[in-house]
Amino acid sequence: MNYLPLLGIALVVLGFALRFNPLLVVAASAIATGLLAGIPFLKVLATLGHGFNENRYVSIIWIVLPVIGLLERYGLQERARTLIANMKRATAGRLLLVYLALRQVLSSLGLTSVMGHPQTVRPLLAPMAVAAAEKQHGELDDQTAERVKAMAAATDNVGLFFGEDIFIAIASILLIQGSLASFGIQLTPFQLSVWAIPTAICAFLIHGTRLLLLDRSLGKP
Amino acid sequence: MIDLHWLYVLAGAVFAGFAVGSARDTSNPKRLGNALFWSLVTASLWFGDFLGDLGNGVLVLALVAVAGAHLLGRGRSESTTAEERECKSDRYGNRLFLPALIIPLTAFVGTLAFNYTPLKGLGLIDPKAVTLVLLGAGVILAQAVCLVWLRPPASAPIEDGSRLMNGVGWAAILPQMLAALGTIFAVAGVGTTIGTMAGAIIPHGSIILAVLLYAFGMVAFTMIMGNAFAAFPVMAAAIGVPILIRADGGNPAVIGAVGMLAGFCGTLMTPMAANFNIVPAALLELKSQYAVIRAQVPTALVLLAANIAILYVAGFHL
Repeated sequence: MNYLPLLGIALVVLGFALRFNPLLVVAASAIATGLLAGIPFLKVLATLGHGFNENRYVSIIWIVLPVIGLLERYGLQERARTLIANMKRATAGRLLLVYLALRQVLSSLGLTSVMGHPQTVRPLLAPMAVAAAEKQHGELDDQTAERVKAMAAATDNVGLFFGEDIFIAIASILLIQGSLASFGIQLTPFQLSVWAIPTAICAFLIHGTRLLLLDRSLGKP
Repeated sequence: MIDLHWLYVLAGAVFAGFAVGSARDTSNPKRLGNALFWSLVTASLWFGDFLGDLGNGVLVLALVAVAGAHLLGRGRSESTTAEERECKSDRYGNRLFLPALIIPLTAFVGTLAFNYTPLKGLGLIDPKAVTLVLLGAGVILAQAVCLVWLRPPASAPIEDGSRLMNGVGWAAILPQMLAALGTIFAVAGVGTTIGTMAGAIIPHGSIILAVLLYAFGMVAFTMIMGNAFAAFPVMAAAIGVPILIRADGGNPAVIGAVGMLAGFCGTLMTPMAANFNIVPAALLELKSQYAVIRAQVPTALVLLAANIAILYVAGFHL
């Protein structure tokens, strides 16, 4: 067994910790890992290039930015804030709680890309959450505003991760099915996705509680 | 058939727009670096299939060199003043939400239409690319509505798009880069090595210890690789199948499904899952790139405990 390539992982951890540019860290780690595994440099470079080219679809999401940017020029974020300011019972926590539920339910129906960081969090959810918090507690200092925005992004992630596995045709369920099948354990996607439900409920209760606690903690200095 | 390549052409055009918009942004002292970076991304999207693996490798090195040498900067973060936006916001009212909602609605209606009507059988859209094709369709539709309704200056979409893109900067291609790193890890056998090590330290006869090792192994390996998908086959082969399912008689559906979800708790806590954790921090212009991870850690840890309880109780005692 060749343990040397594991140094590539150590390189990533070290590079992130020392705050080098992450692209540089990842590329250096990729090349080091390949070389330590005994692969010649040009072959490593070609593998890296191949992997990068095959995964271009990951970067397609950025095509939404011109639309979002244009709408922001016409005051979309301001409008999102005004809308929330006019809702009497809206608080940052309650707003995020509703979003969490919606994100989990839609993801569990397989509609994972309906919401997301560029599509909904940046233009709508984050400004709305900040506006709701400001309505309750007055102008927020930078640090507090940052906490509310980070919580908005976190809520999108939690809702997506712990909703999507309830849908039977999602990649992770198919991966579990395929991995276990290679050991001769035959399961249907439905048998697996049912067992995503208890965790989904726990995720809603745990993160939901934190969201409601957020409202209270914002009021304190 | 509409497949991923159509989207690469579209995305390449958008990134070319970002390059032009960046080059023209005189408020950014490093505008040419940004223009170069987005041009390289455009080249990858448009010509990646013709460059060959080695050519793509050189392209990756060029992107890394531009980012690593700190040649990227950002200009003014707003294209209009707060007063102008307030004024426009009052003028257009809540109808401003409609174009923003076109993108999610197209994804919603389109997915339902594709899955529950004969559309699927027509072979018009590659089933593997449906989600992204619908995203692209939604973007084009929303952009068209904005242009017709708001009548912005012709340069506005490019200007505003590159303003947001330069706010994100090099982080935009970090997720793709990490996926490429995953390819190298697979070729170098990193996964199997870790799996063998985890399997070697497994305690015999204690179900709870085996469950803990399985769950923490999923979390740790997910945090290293940046996604639970890479971790699952390895941990299933090392502990899940031989120990938990075969030796201890655990319920395979629970071990499989909840093991993956334990890994997702790890995804919430690692900068390696850049598209979920690092990119949003850049997109929301947060000061700390780890702010989103910090917001997620408490949820992730409590939920991990819940997953371990579910694994133990539902996997072995129901």
